[in-house]
Amino acid sequence: MNKVIYKEQLSEDVFLMRLEAPLIAEEREAGQFIMLQIDEDFGERIPLTIADADEKEGSITIIFQIVGKSTKELAKFKVGDFIPTLVGPLGKPTHIENFGTVVCIGGGIGVAPLHPIAQALKKAGNHVITIIGARNKDLIILEKEMDAIADELIICTDDGSYGRKALVTEPLKEICERDPKPNMAIAIGPPVMMKFCSETTKPYKVFTQVSLNTIMVDGTGMCGGCRVNVGDEVKFVCVDGPEFDGHKVDFDNMITRLGSYKKIEHDKSECNLEKEAAKKEAEL
Amino acid sequence: MSYHSPEKIQKSAVENLNEVKKKEVLKPKDRMAIPAQEMPNQDPVQRAKNLEEVSIGYSAEQAQLEAMRCLQCKKAKCINDCPVGIDIPGFIKEIADGNFQEAINIIKNTSLLPAICGRVCPQETQCQMACTVGIGLKDIEKAVAIGRLERFVADWERATGNVRIPQVKAATGKKIAVVGSGPAGLVVAADVRREGHDVTIFEAFHKLGGVMRYGIPEFRLPNDIVDEEIETLKKMGVKVETNFVVGRTRKLVDLINKDGYDAVFVGTGAGLPMFMGIPGENLVGVFSANEYLTRANLMRAFDKDHADTPIYASKKVAVLGGGNVAMDAARMALRLGAEKVSVVYRRTEKEMPARNEEIEHAKEEGIEFNFLQNPKRIIGTDDGRVKAMECLRYQLGEPDASGRRRPIVIEGSEFIMDVDTVLVSIGNGSNPLISQTTPALGVNKWGNIVVNDEQKSSVNKIYAGGDIVLGAATVILAMGEGRRAAAAINKQLSDELKA
Repeated sequence: MNKVIYKEQLSEDVFLMRLEAPLIAEEREAGQFIMLQIDEDFGERIPLTIADADEKEGSITIIFQIVGKSTKELAKFKVGDFIPTLVGPLGKPTHIENFGTVVCIGGGIGVAPLHPIAQALKKAGNHVITIIGARNKDLIILEKEMDAIADELIICTDDGSYGRKALVTEPLKEICERDPKPNMAIAIGPPVMMKFCSETTKPYKVFTQVSLNTIMVDGTGMCGGCRVNVGDEVKFVCVDGPEFDGHKVDFDNMITRLGSYKKIEHDKSECNLEKEAAKKEAEL
Repeated sequence: MSYHSPEKIQKSAVENLNEVKKKEVLKPKDRMAIPAQEMPNQDPVQRAKNLEEVSIGYSAEQAQLEAMRCLQCKKAKCINDCPVGIDIPGFIKEIADGNFQEAINIIKNTSLLPAICGRVCPQETQCQMACTVGIGLKDIEKAVAIGRLERFVADWERATGNVRIPQVKAATGKKIAVVGSGPAGLVVAADVRREGHDVTIFEAFHKLGGVMRYGIPEFRLPNDIVDEEIETLKKMGVKVETNFVVGRTRKLVDLINKDGYDAVFVGTGAGLPMFMGIPGENLVGVFSANEYLTRANLMRAFDKDHADTPIYASKKVAVLGGGNVAMDAARMALRLGAEKVSVVYRRTEKEMPARNEEIEHAKEEGIEFNFLQNPKRIIGTDDGRVKAMECLRYQLGEPDASGRRRPIVIEGSEFIMDVDTVLVSIGNGSNPLISQTTPALGVNKWGNIVVNDEQKSSVNKIYAGGDIVLGAATVILAMGEGRRAAAAINKQLSDELKA
């Protein structure tokens, strides 16, 4: 049982919550995630990245978008309510060192998991260039927080309502063309966005790390539902990841697998992320 | 074996018992002549549509009759072949005499989980294989049904509503952590707690029981039974922490170094599912049996009206593998509404590792068995969903290292099998979580923790047992390891207390 100690609505469908979780706050590192359930008997286990943690307060921050039934119900939790099941931190932490110049690209809600990574990279002495993208101005999150970290901050919106009217891949390409080129890129966001970021950097041979959010049941290396093709190997996102070399990930298969329960899920609640992904795919 | 209704079985049991009771003394010959008692089961047609337990359990009359078949051998080989060494003739004699309470008390001296063991132990390859009656009658099926008798008295005690809580010695001030609440962990918790040590079980999931919860289905081992066995542990003072992943929420060594545990037992169970390594295995509609069963059991996806966790809607299912988990997955798929479920196994029925009882039950329910076949690739639709499987036919050659005849592919025997779901049940690797985060811990090349004959790992005060040591095994073997580990832990703690 973990108490909700703070809640904020960041945009129409996006919420930030701080949850009491002293052990997780103490152990977690950038790049890790938790799994939670809104009902211990019948709820599904959903993976959510830890956006921040406060060891003193004994809390972790999650940021989530309403995409299905569980996130819709989670958004109804109020300060003082208890989350019945919360477990973590899971997944391998991000490998942090001074790489030189790192481009951090966050798409939509993906800015949330990107934030602690950018923070750690900055702390390790990297020159951090951050690109934030969203459909429109209202969906831009954590701008202030990212601005505080980044040496350079670029904001893009699909409709031009804020920042550049562009997809994140545009400024990413420009940065890759700079001399010297960046040492590394980290892209976190919808699968299609990570796919195209990886395709953008590939010709420039800029190593690109992506953080995958596949379907999981247990999240602890037991079910195998989260498997993805990475190069010639089958990897398990929950214990081998969640971060992988974007140039090697088979995004098309991953996107197909994310749609495994599309029909069933649609019957219960409409899935925004799917709609969005389909739209993005069409746009690109 | 044809299906007999519980009513019919009970009628003949009552008649037989009356006959037997007429005799003042039962000679071994008389005992051998008592018919082996069949397990009454739910009707196969009905049970294939529900999740209730298939086996109903013996009636008191059946239990007494079956117990009278035991010859009370002086040199009871059955005891030696029980991984936890239950006094089998002892408890069976009490059943024969109608002293059910005394019978369960005897079992509980050595096994705290009789309702579970009585259901899922492979008795036919352990105690019952050694049974003189079965050997004398030249039929293992006619050995005294030790497992069913164990189950009977455990269920009998539960029905009285007065389950005896084992005594716990005075507090010693020592505390131990048990990682994982599966069969190995529960045995360790019980055995160590009895000596008066403080015990905390850490479980990664939100529910306790490990494989008995997420893996073995309700129709074979009801959750209520697992709950009640765990309740007994709690009443003994065992503490539990769910949603706690040792290795991640807390490092294994930190339990000792920071949290002051005097010893830790690691019973984290089997890990990542293995796949065939054939094309098409990542199509939508291919699942590990682990995932499929976890969705259905732990996440309760069978209850489609209430559960949020979805389960794939299947019509034609192929299950790859021949073990107990494959049987569970196949029978679960049927219960979830599949029209046709086929087990695809590259050897023959004789080589199948699954228990006979499970194979028989599966057949009765209408599961098809395709022996000497194996998939070559899985074929998908344009949108990435399973639509068929290309298979090859096999024949059996010379025995291999496992002693089973090696399957040899028949070249050019390819054929297409029409399926929309493939459940892969060919075993598990080890769970990497503990070893990833505990570099000092010695593991073998498969990632299983290396232990000595006292279940001690390479790290001081850390013990391990069950599938994380054995690879995929059985509930009772895990319990046997748990028992050994507990003895070693109790010894370590008592030595420390003396020092």
